[in-house]
Amino acid sequence: MAEFHRKIERNAMGFVLAIVVVASIGGFVEIAPLFTIDDTVENVQDMRLYTPLEQAGRDIYTREGCYACHSQMIRTLRDEVERYGPYSLAVESKYDHPMLWGSKRTGPDLARIGGKYSDAWQVAHLINPRDVVPESVMPKYGWLQRNALRIDDLGEHLAALRDVGVPYTDDMIANATQDALGQAAPDGDFAAGVVKRYGQATQVRAFDGDPGTITEMDALVAYLQIMGHLTDAAYKQAAAAEPAK
Amino acid sequence: MRVGVLCSTKWGTLDMVAQLTTGERQLAIVVLSLVALLGLAMAAAGRADPIGVHGFIVLAICCGLIFVVLGAYYAPEPSPERLEHYYDDPSKVGIVLTMAWAVVGMFLGVWVASLLAWPDLTFDAAWASFGRLRPAHTSAVIFGFGGNALIATSFHVLQRTSRARLPDQFSPWFVLIGYNLFCVVAATGYFMGVTQSKEYAEPEWYADIWLVVVWVTYFAIYIRTLARRKEPHIYVANWYYMAFILVVAILHIVNNLAVPVSFGHAKSYSVFSGVQDAMVQWWYGHNAVAFFLTAGFLGMMYYYLPKRAGRPIYSYRLSIISFWGITFMYMWAGSHHLLYTALPQWVQTLGMTFSLILLVPSWASAGNALATLNGAWHKVRDDATLRFMMAAAVFYGLTTFEGSFLAIRPVNSLSHYTDWTVGHVHAGALGWVALITFGSIYCIVPWLWKRERMYSARLVEVHFWLAIIGTVIYVFAMWNSGIIQGLMWRTYNENGTLTYSFVESMVAMHPYYIARAFGGLLFLMGAIVGSYNIWMTIRGEAEVAPESADLPEPRLASAPGE
Repeated sequence: MAEFHRKIERNAMGFVLAIVVVASIGGFVEIAPLFTIDDTVENVQDMRLYTPLEQAGRDIYTREGCYACHSQMIRTLRDEVERYGPYSLAVESKYDHPMLWGSKRTGPDLARIGGKYSDAWQVAHLINPRDVVPESVMPKYGWLQRNALRIDDLGEHLAALRDVGVPYTDDMIANATQDALGQAAPDGDFAAGVVKRYGQATQVRAFDGDPGTITEMDALVAYLQIMGHLTDAAYKQAAAAEPAK
Repeated sequence: MRVGVLCSTKWGTLDMVAQLTTGERQLAIVVLSLVALLGLAMAAAGRADPIGVHGFIVLAICCGLIFVVLGAYYAPEPSPERLEHYYDDPSKVGIVLTMAWAVVGMFLGVWVASLLAWPDLTFDAAWASFGRLRPAHTSAVIFGFGGNALIATSFHVLQRTSRARLPDQFSPWFVLIGYNLFCVVAATGYFMGVTQSKEYAEPEWYADIWLVVVWVTYFAIYIRTLARRKEPHIYVANWYYMAFILVVAILHIVNNLAVPVSFGHAKSYSVFSGVQDAMVQWWYGHNAVAFFLTAGFLGMMYYYLPKRAGRPIYSYRLSIISFWGITFMYMWAGSHHLLYTALPQWVQTLGMTFSLILLVPSWASAGNALATLNGAWHKVRDDATLRFMMAAAVFYGLTTFEGSFLAIRPVNSLSHYTDWTVGHVHAGALGWVALITFGSIYCIVPWLWKRERMYSARLVEVHFWLAIIGTVIYVFAMWNSGIIQGLMWRTYNENGTLTYSFVESMVAMHPYYIARAFGGLLFLMGAIVGSYNIWMTIRGEAEVAPESADLPEPRLASAPGE
C-alpha cells in the first residue's frame, strides 16, 4: 500500500483527481436517488402554494434567522408527536426553497404552530415575548410592526420561485402585489382575488390588527398561521393510524 | 546582499507593495478597478435593496486599496534577489487578519451567548437581534478566523514542503484580500438581514459567486506551486490542504445553487426544496466541518506539530489510512443530522453507519499526532506552544468520538435539537480548531518576522490556560443543559402525559447559559492576550538571520544530501 501511495503522491494532478473521485461517491449515492425515487416525497392532492404575503413572511422568518432557534421538523418520536402534533412529512416542505427544518430548539418546534394562537397573541408575542411568556428568552421584534412591507417586487419573487419549481401561474405572478394587499385587508378591493387564486382556505385577515397598512408583521403572522396547514396529509395519516393502536 | 530580506521583513504596507513588480502593481490596479466597477454596478442595480449597500462597501474597499497600491506605485522595482526567498508577505497579513477576526468573532459569540441568558442585553434594532448576530458569529469564527488561518499557513507550508516559491506575487494577494472581501460582505449582510438561511452557507448568491472566483485562484496557486516543487513527493500536509480546497469548492457550488430574484436583489431562492434541500444542506454542513474545519487544520497539524516537537511524523502508513478514510467516509455522514426526520430511512442508516466507521480514520490521525510527541513530552511540559497543539490533538480525538456517539440513532433522539450539539461543535471549534491554530500561529510568527521567539512566553502560557479552562467550562455547561433539556422533553408522568412544558425546560437552562457565556468570555480573553503578544512580537526590533534551511530551492539544490 505504502509503495503504491508513494507513486500517487508524486503526481499532483493525479492526486487532485483521486480526491475529487473519492470524495464525490458518498454525496452522489445519497443525494441523486432522492430526486428519482418516487416515494421520497408523498403524493398528495391538496398541497397548497404559499400566497405572496405568506411567502414574504417566510422570507422575513429567514431574514431574521428564526431557524437558528426554532425547528420545523417534528420527528417520528412519541414525545414529539404528543407535544407538537403529527410528525412532519416530506411533502409538507415540498415548496420550501430552502427548507427551514432547523437544527436547534432554543424555542419550541413551529412546524404546526399555525392556528394554535390568535393573531393578536402572535403580534403581542413578537413585539415583546415577555409580555405573554414571562420566562421567554426570545428577542423582541417590535420593528416588524413599524416597517412597511415591500410589495412592489413580490411578482419577481414568485417568478424566481417558479424558476426553481414552484407551480405559480402567470396570473398569480402578475397579481402578486394586489394579492398581498388583499390578504391583509379583508374588506378591501383585492380580497376576492387572492381567494380566487389561492383557494377558499386562504386566510384573509388584518393579521397585525390594522387593515390600513401592510407591514412586515402582517406578512410574518400570515406565514406563522399557515404553518403546518398547506396540506392535511399528516393529520389524515395520524387519524388513520389511531384505531390501530 | 541581504537588502531584499530586510526590506521584505519590515512591517509596512508600502514595503509590501514595493515588493510587487511594476507589472504586478499594474495588474493589481486593473483588477481592483474592475471589482470597483462591479461594486458600482451592484450599487446602481440595488438602490433600496441591501445589495446596493454591498455595492458601496465593495466600491469603498477597492478604492482604498487602489490608493494603497498607488502610494508605492513609483517605488523602484524589487531586487531580483527576492526570488531566492519564500514569499511570505500575504501570510503575515493573513496572520494579523486571523487574530482580528478571532477577536471580532469570539466577541460576537460571547454576546449571543449572553443574549440567551439575558435577552434584553441588546438594542432595539434589527441588526442587534440574536437571529442576525448568530450567523455573524459563526461566519466570523469559521470563515474569518479559521479561513484566514488556513490561507496564511497553507502558503507558508506549501512553499516549505515544496521547496519552491509561490508562482507569482499577485495571486496570493488576490486570494487573501478577495477572501476577506467575501467575509466582510457576508458579515455586513447578516446585520442587514441578507442570508440564505442555510447554516454555515448563509451568504447570498453574489458573495457565493465571488468566493468561487477566489477559490479557483487559490487552487491554481496550489497546483502551480506544486508543479514547481523540488521535492518529488507531495507532503502529507498538502494532501489535506488540497482536499480542503477541492472538496469545499464542490460543496460550496452545489449547496449554493440558487436563482436570484433579480440582479438588483440580494435575495435568491435555492434550487433545492424540502427533503432534497435538507440532504444537500447537511451533506454540505457536515462536510464543511470535515473539510474546512478538519482537513485544513490537520494539514496545519501535520506540519507545525512535528516541526515544533523536532520529531518526524510517527507513522506514514497511518497518515495514508486516515487521509483517504476521512476523504471517503465523511461525505456519507451528513445525513446523521436528519435522523428520525422525513428523510428516507435508508439514507439515515447510511449516515449513521459511516459516522461510526469514521472514528477509525479520525483516531488514526489523533493517535498519529500524539505518538509523534513520544520522546518530546518534556517539550510539551515546558513549551505552551507545543502544548496548544497537543491539547488540540486530544480534543480532536474526544470530539470525533463524541461525534460518532451522537450519530447513533437512540443517542441522537435525545441529543438532537439540544445544546449537546452546540457543546459538541464547540469542543471541536474551541478545543481542536482554535487550539491548533493558536499553536501554529505561535510557531509561525517568530519565523515569519525573523524574531528569536514570541514577545512573552508567559503570555502564551496565560493564553493556553484561559483557552483550556474556557473550553472545559463551555463544554461541561452544554453537556449538562443539553442532556437535561433532552430528558425533560421526553419525561412522562405516571398518567402517561408529558411532565414538563417547553417553557419549564427553557427555564432550567438559565444557569448553564450563564456558565457558557463565562466560558466563552475566558476564551475571548485568551484570544485578546494572544493578539497583544503577537502584536508586540511583530513590533519588536530584534532581527535574527533567517534559518539557513528556510530558503527555496536555488540555494538548496547545490547543497548535497538534501
